Amino acid sequence: MSNIPTELKYTKTDEWVLLGEDGVATVGITDFAQQQLGDMVYVELPEAGATIDAESECGVVESVKTASDLYMPVAGEITAANALLADQPEKINADPYGDGWIYKFRPADAGDLDTLLDAAAYQSKLDADDH
Amino acid sequence: MLIFEQSRPGRKNRAQLSSQADSAGPVADRLPARLVRRRRLRWPEVSEGQVVRHYTRLSQQNFSIDTHFYPLGSCTMKHNPRASNKLAMLPGFLARHPLAPEPMSQGFMACLYDLQEILKAVTGMEAISLTPAAGAQGEFAGMAMIKAYHESRGDSARTEVLAPDAAHGTNPASAVMCGYRIREIPTRADGDIDFDALQQAIGPQTAGLMLTNPSTLGVFERDIEKIATMVHEAGGLLYYDGANLNAILGKVRPGDMGFDVIHINLHKTFSTPHGGGGPGAGPVGVAARLAPFLPVPVVAKQGDSYAWMTETELPQSIGRLSAFMGNAGVLLRAYVYARMIGREGLERIADYSVLNANYLMARLKKEGFDIAFSDRRATHEFILTLKRQAKELGVNAMDFAKRLLDYGMHAPTTYFPLLVPECLLIEPTETEDKQTLDRFVEAMCSILQEAQRNPDYVKAAPHTLPVKRLDDVRAARQPDLAWSADRDS
Repeated sequence: MSNIPTELKYTKTDEWVLLGEDGVATVGITDFAQQQLGDMVYVELPEAGATIDAESECGVVESVKTASDLYMPVAGEITAANALLADQPEKINADPYGDGWIYKFRPADAGDLDTLLDAAAYQSKLDADDH
Repeated sequence: MLIFEQSRPGRKNRAQLSSQADSAGPVADRLPARLVRRRRLRWPEVSEGQVVRHYTRLSQQNFSIDTHFYPLGSCTMKHNPRASNKLAMLPGFLARHPLAPEPMSQGFMACLYDLQEILKAVTGMEAISLTPAAGAQGEFAGMAMIKAYHESRGDSARTEVLAPDAAHGTNPASAVMCGYRIREIPTRADGDIDFDALQQAIGPQTAGLMLTNPSTLGVFERDIEKIATMVHEAGGLLYYDGANLNAILGKVRPGDMGFDVIHINLHKTFSTPHGGGGPGAGPVGVAARLAPFLPVPVVAKQGDSYAWMTETELPQSIGRLSAFMGNAGVLLRAYVYARMIGREGLERIADYSVLNANYLMARLKKEGFDIAFSDRRATHEFILTLKRQAKELGVNAMDFAKRLLDYGMHAPTTYFPLLVPECLLIEPTETEDKQTLDRFVEAMCSILQEAQRNPDYVKAAPHTLPVKRLDDVRAARQPDLAWSADRDS
């Protein structure tokens, strides 16, 4: 079973989002996603300062099985990327919701985050895909 | 052991050394001093016998269509008839210099011209260029022609190319190489493209749609005519990825389905030897309105003789993709194959490749394996999902694939398409007999029993091969690609 923390928001493309008190959101891929992709070997991070539209590609995670695009959950500006992943992409496997975070961004409109899935809705999406 | 590691300074087989050798002294003595290397060339110093043994041993370690059943989905690993090889290796072809003038190349050019005509007939396209040297280069050429077509009409607002989420990875890559943005279209649960999502995505920004039909899910896209109409009404072009052409040879033609541009993988469908990345040939075919943009050279027939069409005759061409005529030897082999098989033969290939896939699918289903689209008829390939086994036994698709090697069979394609978890994409091709297919089913059943009794044994496979389970992560992150005398060992 995969771990789906209740305090996070989720995308249909298996990213998680956590909005901090400073108005900056942190993004990573879910435990389910890292299990499906398998051992990570490379991460292409977005660049700080880039402004990216909702649901546009903003990076790539590459595992032994496949390369998979990362999508921007809602529109916003990238403020930071997890430099640790350049040498240790396996952090995404080991700790997807912690050290394995991928980038931070400032949403153009924090209200947009309400359109994302909550933990229950993400769980139902996984269950639905299972059948 | 690498041949470099077998090297000893000065080693020669003196007993068999030619009496002529070195009689004129080292070649270096006869060269101007400024051209002579100062440092020794670091080539392995080994005897002729060592070289022969080394490479023979390596070839024996190889998995190939000549030694093993090779059901690698979407790769069409069929037997390569030796006749194609033999005729393409006639001295006249082998010795022809690529810069030989047209009057000295008429035989070669006649073969290429006939191959263009055959491919036109097989695919229902109006014009063909044989020059792309691989499927991916064919795709690139196809997308470049789509771009050139729109631009020639001043239609510069088309910035987006659509591709289903089941597409080969090269499809979006080719579109991006041509400067397009890719938009992914989801697939429905029945394996067809999500028509409603496609309808929503399509618009004045659409340059084209890239489709593989039959799709990578091993089913025939039933809405193809509706899709073609919709794309054309929006001013877009329809691109056909020829990866799965084997299934429909002589049955239905991409041109008749409404495709504007296609590429054909001769190394798959027309059975030229391939594997390990080449050599390929990915000719492109186009509808009449795209013919001016074909990559050059193309062979034209003028009266009784043949001539190269280059940038002079096709000024709107997207240009050249290689110095000469692509992989000429592969083209010749495909030509011989097509002539040998004939019109009826091509249809027989479709019949048997589809029959073999469906037989294998039905037998595996009966043995309790889960088929991804089990209520659809398979085309020339089908998808088996080991999701249930992975969950219940902890043995996944990769473990089955590795263990199949121990049973003397090349693994099917694993983890592609990405839509189906723990999948094997299985393409037996038309050249395998029933006994071979039955042996594959037996191997799968036997591996399943092993997985139930002793999952760790399957997870550690292969056990009988020269190379055991590889560390994929280390291979990707710390690739060891070049030998160096200085490296730590």
